[in-house]
Amino acid sequence: MQLLRNNAFVADAWATLADDAPLAEGARAIVSFARLQKEWDTLAKHTGLLGVAVPNTLRAEELAPYVSRLALIVLAFPSFTDGRSYSLARQLRLDGYRGELRATGNLLPDQLQFMLQVGIDTFEVSERFPLEMWQKAARQMALTYQRGFTHAADEREVWSQRHQGFAAWEEQPHAG
Amino acid sequence: MYRYDEFDLSFVKQRTEQFRDQAERRLKGELTEDEFRPLRLMNGLYLQLHAYMLRIAIPYGTLSSKQMRRLAYIADKWDRGYGHFTTRQNIQYNWIKLEDTADILDALAEVEMHGIQTSGNCIRNVTTDHWAGAAADEIADPRPVGELLRQWSSLHPEFSFLPRKFKIAVTGAPNDRAAVKVHDIGLRLHKNDKGEIGWEVLVGGGQGRTPMIAVMVRDFLPEKELVPYLEAIMRVYNLYGRRDNKYKARIKILVHELGAEKFRSEVEAEYARHPAQTTEVDQKELARIAEYFALPQLEKLSRFAPHFEQSKLDNKEFARWARNNLAAHSTQGYTIVNISLKPEGGIPGDATGEQMRVMADLAERYSQDELRVSHAQNIVLPHVKLEDAFTIWQELRKHDLAAANYGLAGDIIACPGLDYCALATARSIPISQAISRKFADLDKQEKIGPLKINISGCINACGHHHVGHIGILGLDKKGEEFYQITLGGSSGDSASIGTILGPGFAGEEVPDAIEKILDTYVKLRQPGEEFLAAYRRLGPAPFKEALYAAA
Repeated sequence: MQLLRNNAFVADAWATLADDAPLAEGARAIVSFARLQKEWDTLAKHTGLLGVAVPNTLRAEELAPYVSRLALIVLAFPSFTDGRSYSLARQLRLDGYRGELRATGNLLPDQLQFMLQVGIDTFEVSERFPLEMWQKAARQMALTYQRGFTHAADEREVWSQRHQGFAAWEEQPHAG
Repeated sequence: MYRYDEFDLSFVKQRTEQFRDQAERRLKGELTEDEFRPLRLMNGLYLQLHAYMLRIAIPYGTLSSKQMRRLAYIADKWDRGYGHFTTRQNIQYNWIKLEDTADILDALAEVEMHGIQTSGNCIRNVTTDHWAGAAADEIADPRPVGELLRQWSSLHPEFSFLPRKFKIAVTGAPNDRAAVKVHDIGLRLHKNDKGEIGWEVLVGGGQGRTPMIAVMVRDFLPEKELVPYLEAIMRVYNLYGRRDNKYKARIKILVHELGAEKFRSEVEAEYARHPAQTTEVDQKELARIAEYFALPQLEKLSRFAPHFEQSKLDNKEFARWARNNLAAHSTQGYTIVNISLKPEGGIPGDATGEQMRVMADLAERYSQDELRVSHAQNIVLPHVKLEDAFTIWQELRKHDLAAANYGLAGDIIACPGLDYCALATARSIPISQAISRKFADLDKQEKIGPLKINISGCINACGHHHVGHIGILGLDKKGEEFYQITLGGSSGDSASIGTILGPGFAGEEVPDAIEKILDTYVKLRQPGEEFLAAYRRLGPAPFKEALYAAA
């Protein structure tokens, strides 16, 4: 597995913790959602950064009480045809979440652009596809009809472009 | 008609390039067939029994002559000289080679067409009333909203990997010809006392193995809220629709399992939670699109068309065609021509390249350069002067396109069935051909009156048998094809799902069974009572009696 961010493979500063593994002070740790709920009182006081891995069956409301404290949310794509996490990402961004969203699971380059557009920043990808393929895939469609999604600098919203005087509808600027 | 601007054009071109790349990677083995599958499906490419099948979108069924000629060209150059118009107002080609598909998509892009989202688990081609913009009974043309939704649903970043396919139908007339109640989302236009337009939003209708009539979630959604409200419905479906079983993955199952009330409250909660910041651009876009759909400049004509009337008196065959195949136009002196693609013994919805060119020429000369594909697999010339009807009919006759059976027993809807389809359990086309021959006598068809016979070659119901007045479903029992007959279905305003009459029939018995049903109807009907009304009054008993009592 490698971590893709901004068209490059980067080192992963995060570590995923097993549910019974201790949380080191100051660490950047990803815990399961079950553990987050169970140990919230302790985890809320964690001195490092906190991330959570959520199943794609989770409702965004269930995550709401914790969101302001989370620097990373890991979204699951158990198969590339299972699109639930696209909506979950979108809901989180619409709700104003500005931390990192990360996709994990069975990811194909051909889906990368959609994932970027719904607001996902980083991608845990297999070594099967070379970096150039991911870079190319991120830029394949420079136009979108839908409004309010996250766009790269050279992507354009058709409807906003057509109707002069309307800037692209920047939804929620976020990190990433 | 809508015309692409630079954005639409480059969007489709980029998409074609992307697909060319994907197909090349597949041919080189860089993508597995499992991975390539959803990608090719989203561009309309299926793998069928004998070859690849390419399905091309005809948004809301509207075509120009130039586009129709391009479809003819594709049929001749890359297929076997014909194409098949579908119940989704699309066209599909059954004999396509994978290595040709990118070239075909390029050829389509040149005439502002594509195959985007004609397949796969995404929002499919939006369908509408095939008489939209011409029908006498219409409140407003639904096609601007159809185009708005085509654009909005194209490669939607959030909704491209749904639990299952998703079909939207739109109608602007009180007489529903778009079957909105049996779609995942059906939209019906209404006008209130102040003259404002609003949309009735119906969700969760569908056919397939679990036929259901849609439930209403909003009775009058202001037009400007359409896109954000549909996003809320789609989001609820994408998140909570079932993915454990593909046969339970359509939105109708979610609506059914949650119950209409709970489903509605989920949608309303999602809609309230993420209010759209602005819908101003949507409205401007809709207004821009609407200009393309303004009624063409038609001439001021007299109500009386002497040449047309005289031709009917002189020629009984023409009179019959005029009686059955013409429909009322909103403008005096004009008519809507329905070209039946159901010649006696023919394959419903098939047209040769030559026939497509003939229809394109007629549209260019006599119908404001416009054609429509209907969900009943026929072609419509929407804006024809009554005085031109006879000339058109003569030309159609030369090309086996003048079947005078529009809306009658011979106007059968059928899926491709086991002759082509990898999912089918039985053949549909030969059954359709046999029924068509059985009722070849047009006097008999006219005596029976308006009738919808629908044939599906499997439980997936692409031939819409659930909503046929007479529905025929082909199944497989231990290697033998047999056919179940349902009665009383309708996709119109009072939509209903047909009920199974009794044990099924062997293929060769079907035409006789249909005849018995229709004889019973003719015997028992009240004056002027159509088949569906008679069935609803009488119930299944006399028909069962006719079919099964003797045996």
